[in-house]
Amino acid sequence: MSLRRFWSGNIAVAEGALAAGVDFYAGYPITPSSEIMEHMARELPKRGGIFLQAEDEIAAIFLLIGASWADAKPMTATSGPGFSLMQEGLGIAVMTETPLVVVDVMRAGPGTGQASKAAQGDLLQARFGRHGDQIIPVFAPSSVQDCFELTVFAVNTAERLRTPVILLSDELLAHTWETVRVPEGVERVERRRPKDHEPPFGSPDPRVPPPMPRLGEGHALLVTGSTHDAWGLRQTSDPHAHRELVERLWEKIWLNREELFRYEAVGVEEAEVGIVAYGSVARSALAARKLLAGKVSVGVVVLKTLWPLPEEPIRELAARVKAILVPELSLGQLVWDVERVVAGRSPVLRFSKIGGGIPIYPEELAERVLEVAG
Amino acid sequence: MSVHPLHVFLRSEALPTAFCPGCGNGLVAGAILRALVQAGMELRKTVFVAGIGCAAWIPSPHFLADSLHVAHGRAVPTALGIKLRRPELQVIVVGGDGDIAGIGGNHLLHAARRNADLLVIMVNNLVYAMTGGQVGPTTPHGLPTSTTPYGNPEHPMDVVQVVAAAGANYAARWTTAHLPQLEKALVKALSMEGFRFVEVVSPCPARVGGRLSMAPVEALKWLRAQSKPVGQAGPDEIPVGEYIVRDRPGFLRALRGESRG
Ligand SMILES: Cc1ncc(C[n+]2csc(CCOP(=O)(O)OP(=O)(O)O)c2C)c(N)n1
Ligand SMILES: [Mg+2]
Repeated sequence: MSLRRFWSGNIAVAEGALAAGVDFYAGYPITPSSEIMEHMARELPKRGGIFLQAEDEIAAIFLLIGASWADAKPMTATSGPGFSLMQEGLGIAVMTETPLVVVDVMRAGPGTGQASKAAQGDLLQARFGRHGDQIIPVFAPSSVQDCFELTVFAVNTAERLRTPVILLSDELLAHTWETVRVPEGVERVERRRPKDHEPPFGSPDPRVPPPMPRLGEGHALLVTGSTHDAWGLRQTSDPHAHRELVERLWEKIWLNREELFRYEAVGVEEAEVGIVAYGSVARSALAARKLLAGKVSVGVVVLKTLWPLPEEPIRELAARVKAILVPELSLGQLVWDVERVVAGRSPVLRFSKIGGGIPIYPEELAERVLEVAG
Repeated sequence: MSVHPLHVFLRSEALPTAFCPGCGNGLVAGAILRALVQAGMELRKTVFVAGIGCAAWIPSPHFLADSLHVAHGRAVPTALGIKLRRPELQVIVVGGDGDIAGIGGNHLLHAARRNADLLVIMVNNLVYAMTGGQVGPTTPHGLPTSTTPYGNPEHPMDVVQVVAAAGANYAARWTTAHLPQLEKALVKALSMEGFRFVEVVSPCPARVGGRLSMAPVEALKWLRAQSKPVGQAGPDEIPVGEYIVRDRPGFLRALRGESRG
């Protein structure tokens, strides 16, 4: 049994969070993400959760860190300028292995850019916006259904791997209304608690995150954003301690990457021309494929996990097609990945469009595919 | 060899302390622990939150209690996140003047405005000590520091006054030359709800004393001589005592709607 709901992308994110058990939200208003916050402001108090509008986005992310250590499943949502302010806290969340979810509803940057206009310029910031080596999983919905499901997945991933997770949405998707099938119950992952004398920051198997203790139970817990040993004691001059910690944090995500991969490969078997896309742009890619039916056979890889990157579907596409188009609402960020993964097996062509929040229309994409197909 | 009575509250791995000889942080640490004992607080139900700086090291790693050591300036929002979710825990922030009033100043202001149920202890050593003694928001006018070698052209902020004006339930200042008064203030603050703020003016022999050729004991004498009760202190003196004591509902109760009507 499932229910049918008519939601915008932003509402579906908020509903997905609630379904996954998010019980703490702190944020700061910013277009085009504010509907998520407003929805949580209405819903959380009714369900015994906590909602707080913070003084800024820096406070918001640190409120999440504190709340997460106090057993909450926390989430926040923001957009470009606020996402920039949250990078500091994301780095601390990586180092302290604090589960939390940050939704970035992309708008046109840099700076304050165009506040209410769609863009995809934050992909590389989501991956690399912080100092130091690290991997934070990044997911990207391309339908309102995805907004619901991937938010659930993001919350569960944060708990399972004891990590911050980023959900990268965009303005077009945030304000698109679609029917969503809502299952009656969704899976809820709960973080693991320590059994007798398990260290909170060490693990013999890097794939298995250490258990997360509760505050106030006499653990005399040391939590620090600085380099630390398995018990949380700062080790700021021991090169071995640093390497051990940072490598383990990296491997915790990297060695579990297969579990994180979400994508759709449509018509790849018989494709003549390929498209790799994510977010709202992926919808145009799928529509362009339909427009070209009977003329050119188009294979589309819709990426829903953007970091770590599912490389195999891109490689498979490259093995079959004349060329791969990478349409993006940016001057080209995902295209670098595709070039790296394809490594010369087929030409990779940028298709960039920025400004004014104008989508990449299926027609213009179809036209470009026809040119490429020759 | 006899053991110091507060030893049981200290983490053995953190000893001997990394604090410089003559640093005021040891006195502040002692005052906090004694106040907790006097107020009947259980250390296991107390969570310390600290940012970055020498003062932030008082609880982390020294205290044998739960502690979070986060980014520079971000202890207050982290602490509020904990308190909102676990109201039964006593959540205490310890940090320096730079951490609490400089980079974290906006958080401080809004935590006071909300009357957030936190105790914030700010160790004011007049400079950014950990990074080498640079000028900060509480550095006296004219004082030479490593980034104001010709004397501080700016004027310091009275952080206690600001916090009191912003809406805190309790705001007081003492110095490390007033330990009994400091302990009493902390005990009182621990028994209250809402936002409670205690500033401790404290000597930094390495970054301030050294520059002024002032030995630690001279610095303590100077602090005592310089301090006057709130309302009676001249422009170059240190006002000590309580700025505000009130009983407004704390943020937790306000969130539950208990402060309306
Ligand atoms: C974002 C950021 N900026 C700068 C620093 C470097 N830093 C470390 S401690 C510190 C100053 C601490 O001064 P204060 O809070 O007064 O503490 P004290 O060392 O004097 O006790 C600074 C600037 C940092 N860690 N993070
Ligand atoms: Mg200082």
